[in-house]
Formats: sequence, structure tokens, C-alpha cells
Amino acid sequence: MSVGTYGESQLLQSDDVGLGCARGGFHVDPWGASPCAVITHAHSDHVRGGSEVYYCASDSRALIEQRVPGAKVIGVPYGEAVRLGDATISFHPAGHCLGSAQVCVQAGHDGAGEVWVATGDYKRQADPTCDEFEVVPCDVLITEATFGLPIYRWEEAEDVIDEIIAWWRSCEERGKVAVLLTYALGKAQRVLGELERAKTRAGNEWMNDRVVYVHGALEGMIESYRKAGKALFPTKPVALEADKRKNSRESFAGQLVMAPPSAESSPWIKRFGQSSHVEIGFASGWMSLRGIRRRRSCDRGFVISDHADWPALLQTVEESGCKRVLTTHGYSATLSRYLREQGMESSVLRTQYADEEE
Amino acid sequence: MKRFIALYDRLDSTTSTHEKVEAMVAYFREAPSADAAWALYFLTGQRLKRVVSAAALSGWAVAEARITPWLFDESYGVVGDLAETISLLVGREHTVDRPWPVHVPLSVWVEQHLLPLRQMDVASQREHVVGWWRDLDRRAIFVLCKLLTGALRVGVSRTLVTRALAEVAGVPSAVIAHRLMGDWSPTPEFYKGVVSGDTSTTSASRPYPFFLASGYEGPLSDMQVTLGDVEDWQLEWKYDGIRAQGIKRNGEVFLWSRGEEMIAERFPEIADAFSRMPDGTVLDGEVVIRKDGKVLPFAVLQTRIGRKDVSKRVLAKTPAAFIAYDVLEEAGLDRRDTALAVRRRVLERIVAGFEPRICLSPIIPALTWREASAARSQARTRGVEGLMMKRLDSKYGSGRTKDGGWWKWKVGPYTLDAVLVMAQHGHGKRANLFTDYTFAVWDQGKLVPIAKAYSGLTNVEIEELDKWIRRHTLSRFGPVRAVEPVHVFELGFEGVAPSSRHKSGIAVRFPRILRWRVDKPVHEADTLGRLRRLVDTVRAAGGFDLGDEERHAPSLFDETKADSAAGLSRPGKDALEQTGAFDREDPTRGPDASRGGF
Repeated sequence: MSVGTYGESQLLQSDDVGLGCARGGFHVDPWGASPCAVITHAHSDHVRGGSEVYYCASDSRALIEQRVPGAKVIGVPYGEAVRLGDATISFHPAGHCLGSAQVCVQAGHDGAGEVWVATGDYKRQADPTCDEFEVVPCDVLITEATFGLPIYRWEEAEDVIDEIIAWWRSCEERGKVAVLLTYALGKAQRVLGELERAKTRAGNEWMNDRVVYVHGALEGMIESYRKAGKALFPTKPVALEADKRKNSRESFAGQLVMAPPSAESSPWIKRFGQSSHVEIGFASGWMSLRGIRRRRSCDRGFVISDHADWPALLQTVEESGCKRVLTTHGYSATLSRYLREQGMESSVLRTQYADEEE
Repeated sequence: MKRFIALYDRLDSTTSTHEKVEAMVAYFREAPSADAAWALYFLTGQRLKRVVSAAALSGWAVAEARITPWLFDESYGVVGDLAETISLLVGREHTVDRPWPVHVPLSVWVEQHLLPLRQMDVASQREHVVGWWRDLDRRAIFVLCKLLTGALRVGVSRTLVTRALAEVAGVPSAVIAHRLMGDWSPTPEFYKGVVSGDTSTTSASRPYPFFLASGYEGPLSDMQVTLGDVEDWQLEWKYDGIRAQGIKRNGEVFLWSRGEEMIAERFPEIADAFSRMPDGTVLDGEVVIRKDGKVLPFAVLQTRIGRKDVSKRVLAKTPAAFIAYDVLEEAGLDRRDTALAVRRRVLERIVAGFEPRICLSPIIPALTWREASAARSQARTRGVEGLMMKRLDSKYGSGRTKDGGWWKWKVGPYTLDAVLVMAQHGHGKRANLFTDYTFAVWDQGKLVPIAKAYSGLTNVEIEELDKWIRRHTLSRFGPVRAVEPVHVFELGFEGVAPSSRHKSGIAVRFPRILRWRVDKPVHEADTLGRLRRLVDTVRAAGGFDLGDEERHAPSLFDETKADSAAGLSRPGKDALEQTGAFDREDPTRGPDASRGGF
């Protein structure tokens, strides 16, 4: 039960199409068809077809066009104000993936209205492949709560990357193929960006003449990042390499291969040989829980996430200076209750995003 | 402890049994005996008891993490493991590598730091434990809390540990398995004995490893092909009691349950009978309650399990007997290598004259497999679980093997169509899915919860149901959600008993999901009346009549006791449902469930 009921005066409200702004005539990340869709980032559960026009941060445009081919997509630089209906919006970096943005919404065009910020998916950690989260002072904050429990606390990304590198080496020593599962957009490129940076760290000189082999599903997004000027570790498609050499297993032993999570249970992975010759790692915040690691039956879990952890969620609420917090997506009820206990006005905003806890 | 934590990590980070065995072999080859002894203790699923209460640990973690109790409970509900929850809340992944405390050997940790906590007051315990949390990294905190609170459960079965030690010692696995039976203390001397190449010595009290049967699932029509001629087999009833090994050696009696507990004290009348056996006798059989020639239901035996001192009244009311079905040692000689047919003749000779306290398991005559099947269908009325089928030429092996020639052919479970009414997060592998279900049946127009179950659905069904649950929650009480009562499931269960601990008045034994009855509308689910009639039937067949002395199952294997003391929500397991290691035939568990396994 949410504390405090509000009437028609809500600037942003959940309706059957999505998170709608009646005054602006648009929806943020609608799951249905809207006359005007304002998109936070290019992950498929946030970009659905059917809307007449899509607004997004400039860096996201090429990625979103891939999701909704043929649709009208308007890219807007971070910070620039856009008038939509009787409201004004602007995009600000969210640090989730390339082009990810928070959406800042104000009623009217004079800058005097209540400021609402919908964070979309975000993280506070620095990431070499996308712009870091920008704190936007606001009155009402709509925040995701994917990892809204105090058990989720991330380590420094560098330390996790070092673990991945050590695992790669260990697999090489034992003649195994290291298959690292990562989400196709965001995580894969972040890991490649961090691996590239890691080359300068002592002991990693051997990485200088190496290549990471990638599953076809990752290629498009990796290209987009390179085109956007992001420095990623050199990659080669698995398909090309497999064609070159007859005995697949030999050719990939000691190599690092990246693939989307769905590849784990697909026939694709069989090309690397029997399961005893392959070690599977999964790079995700969910790997922090042993139960989840075991359920996925991966050999290694690397706890690196593009979502804010518990401390980051609380830090963001505080830094925004907001008076009210609406939580979505994940442990929304828990986060909201905790915030209320701390004296903040807060309630859950029901949405239809994947992994909705409510 | 560093080496032990590294071992834990290696075991935890691979699903390959080969790698796990390798990791253990490497550990046991390097570790000093004192540490190896403790490592062995923990890897075989044993735990330090009563060192620090789970409630206390949780409270300190709440304070250290600066959160509130309900937030801790939510977190625990998601993680499903107390030690892991604490390590996630208070630990950091990487800390400066200091000589103290992680380089202190495991044996020193356990003997000089953990065990002494028992003698301290709570404030001192807190000071020590929280101090360690501050000095250790997340991994070490996890392992430490595991040692403090419960079994290690790192996906290593007793079989694997045995295999690793066999490699280190250079003796067969069966010898190691035998050396690990019974009670032992994790001393360096004991460990050296376990890995010793010398196979001559053994101790008087030590039981032999139990030989286990595989479940026969096939149809009657396949039996001739799969099992051959019925004349080559010995058929007996499969009793629903406590599998046990009775030992008489050097003037002493030892009675071991399958779960390797000494239970002679609980069944003095059986121990007394064994004391009159010749020295050097070891029998394999079943402890049951037998009154007026009739074997009574397991629920009656259950009332004796908790008691350590047995009054005359109890002995008269619920007399125990040992139904012998095999002889392992006779006149001090190990008889396991002889054929069953031979052992049977020896058994008949030994047991003669010991009735009714020790009696022979009767052989079921059957000229064809069809006759065997007909006998099996009488199981319920006879109060047994089905048939045991053993090849006449079979030797008495160790553990469960594929071709040992022993099969158990159980009757199907009772079934019931029940409505899903509540759900909460599962544990371990299922930590962030709703897999702990509560089911209800109709009673005068209302739905009354009668059982909780968590196994039986496929992964696809679990995911589908999980999504549905999230969208159809009516209300929440902490981690438990009440859902719209629309889904019906067919549950299987082994038995029922009256219970004052349950709102419904009935405890259901080993409930599990057989299938999702998508075809059945909710109003067609079963009634409480049906369960009550079942209770009456069982009562009429021999009675529970627990009177005012109804007791709960012992806390011997009660892993949840600490957690329930902490007020933490756990699937409630009633006496009848949790028979722990006494009854290894829990059909809701996988076929390889063994002590210490994950």
C-alpha cells in the first residue's frame, strides 16, 4: 500500500501504455504504443515498437534505431531542453550503457515547475564506455530498485576485471576455453573497455597481442561502441575463426570467448568441445548470490553490474535533494519502505518492466 | 584457515566432480593432520553444535550493517542461507591481506577460537565474532559463519570425500567408507588412521556401511527382461521403520541408525535382545513397533525416537522390535562377500529363538513377477512401503551402486488435489524464485492449508508459476504472499497423522508436487474430509493413540531449529515431515541425498 494518495496533479503517472506525462503528451519507456515515446536506454525491455516518435539521448540513437527499424527517432544531446506538449524534458547521463539517460521533466516551459527525474536504469560506478551518472537536483525522483537490498554491494570494477583476467589465465594454463557470458548491450562492451584499460596494469603485458572472440549477437553493439569512439579490447567473431580451423576445440583452448547468456544452453556452445573443456563464467550483479550461480550452473560468477547497488541507490536519493521518491523495477517495495522509515516520502510506482518484484 | 577457504572456493566454483575430488586430494596431501581432521569433519557434513546462536549472529549483523531486522529478514529470504546473508551484509570482497587472522591454521581456529565461544557470555562472544568480521574478507566471513552455524554444504557428497581420501591413502573407497562410519572425533590421530595404508585394525563399535537399493521404476511387463527370472530373487516386504545395524562385539551392544546415530538407548528392549547374541554378530534390519504380532505405522515409532529414557509404560504401550533381513558379521567374521542365499541361511540360524524382539523378515513367495506385483499391491493394507527385491547371488555392498542387485519397489504415494494459496522464496538454488508453496483443501466452503511443498515442478513450470505469482498476489505478510486461489496441483504424500501443531489438525508426510492440474477447476480440489477419512483408516489399521504424550521429532538433524529460534521464516517442518537422517527414503529428495551433501 503506498503512503499518501495523489490525485490528477501527478506529472508522471503509470497508465496502461507506460509511465505517462499527460501535460507533455508522452510516455517514458512505454511498453505499449504511445504518440510520443521518451526512451532512457536501448535495452529491449525499454524500447517497444508502435510509438509514433521516439526521443532519446544522441548517443543512444543508433542503438535504438536497431531496436525499432523504420521508426522516427530523434536524438537529443545531454542537457538540452526539449518542449513536448505543455512540458519540458532533458536527458542526463545515467551511466548504465552507451547513450543511457535519466529523463528530467518539468511542467510548463518557464523552468518554474516541480522537477521530476526518472532515472531509468543507472549505476554510479565509473565506466570507460559511457558517460558517468550526473546528479540532477529534483523534487520527485523515480528510481529503479533492481538491487534494492543491502546484500547487494559492489566491489571496484577493476578488482572484478582482475578476477576475470586471472580466470582467463587459469583456463589457458589448463587448456580450457573461457566462455564469459554477458548481456549484449552494455556489459559486454564495458568488460571489453575495462580489459583494454587493464593492459596498462603490471603483469598484463601478455594481453597486448591477444584478441577476444565474440558471439554474433554481440558484434553489432560492439561495432556501435567502436564507432562512437570507445576504446574496446580487440575482438574477432567466433564464426570466422571456427571456419578457419578444422578442430574447433584446439583452436579455442586458452581463449576468452564472450557470448550472451542465452548461448549457454544453446547448440552454439558445443563447438568448443565437451563441457569438461569449457569453463563458463557469467558477469552479472546476480552472481553475488550463490543460489543463483548454482541454478545457472556456471563455473564462475563475476559480480559486476550496470545497476546501482544498495549504497548507490541511497546515495543517489540523498544527492538529488528530492522530497519524494517513487520506486520501480525490482525490490521497489523494500526500498520504498526503507526510505519511509528514514523519514522520506516514498511509494511504489507500478510498471510492467521485466523482473518486477511487485 | 586460508588453505581451507581456498579449498572451499575450489569446490564451490566448479560443477565437475572430477575437479572437486582433485581439489580435495590436493588439500589432504598438503594439510597438516590436525587441520585435515577438522576439514574432514566439516566436509562430511558435521557441525559444531551450540557455539553461538543464529539469533545472536543475526542481531550483530543487523547492527554491524546498520539496517533493521525486517530488512535482514527480507535479505535472508532472498539469499536463503544465514552465513551467506551475513557475509554479504558485513563483508567486503577484498581486504588487505593480514597475517592475522586468516593465516591461522584451521585446527587452531576451531579449537582455540570457535569452540571457546561456548563458555563466554554473549557480550564477549559478540566482541570476538564482530572483531573477526572486521578483519576478514567476505569469503572468509562466509566460511567462518558456516562453521559457527551449520553444515558446510558445498556440493560435496560423502562419496566424493571418500574417493578423495582413498586416493590419498592408497586403499579402496570401501575401506575409507568403513573407517568414517559411526562417531569419531576430528583428532590428528583419527585422521592418520583414516588415511593409513594399513587395513588391519578396526574398532568394536564401528558399523559397516549400509548397502542401499535403487528404486525400481519400470512396469511389470519389463521385469522379466530387466531382472530375469523371479527364482533368482529374494523378495521381502519393505518396512517403514528405521533402518539399523545391530552389533554385538566384545560383550557390548551397539545399535546404529542409517543416519549413523547410536540409538540403543532409545530401544533398550532391542539392545537387551542383542546382548544375548554371541560376540561377533552384526545384523542389518529394521526397527519397528510391533504389538500383538502387528507392525504399527511409522507415526507410532516416531513417538519413541525422541525419548532417551524409556519408561515401563512406554515399553508396554509401544514395544519395539528388530526385523532382521541380513547378516554382515558372524562369529567375528565379515560375511559381506558371500551370496545373499548363504547369508540368509546363516541369518535364519542366528535369529532362531530371539522372537519376538529380533525376528526374521519373511520371504514372500512368488512364482512369477505377476505374483510379486500382486503382493506389492497389498502393501498399504499390510502397513509396508512395497517390496524389496534382492538377487540371491548378491553380495552385501557399500552405499548405492547401479548393479548391486538390490531394488526397492515402492507403492505409489497417496495423492491429493490441492489449491495453491501461498508462496515464498525458495532457498539456495531457488533463492530468488517463489518455490516454497503452501497448499490447501476445502473444508465447509473455506480453503484450509494442509501442506507445504517445494519440489516436483519442472524448471519451466517454476518460472511460469513464479511470474504468475508476482502478478496475482492478494496480500503479503513479510516474505510470504497470499495468492489468488485458482491453481490446482496434484500432491503425492506418504502418509498422514493427526497433529495438534497444524491448524488443519493433520500432518502430511513428505508432500511433494506430482503435477500441475491445469485441467482442474479450483472447486473440484479435494476436501479436508478426505484427509480425515485417511487418518481414520490408518488409525483403524493399528492406531496412533498418542494420548497426551505426543512428542515432536528430535532436534538431531534439525537444521532449522536455530533459524526458527531466530524468528526467521523457514518452511515449517512438522515432526512427521522431517524425519531427518532416520528416514533416508524421503521421495522429495534426490536419489543421491547423503549426509553432508548439498
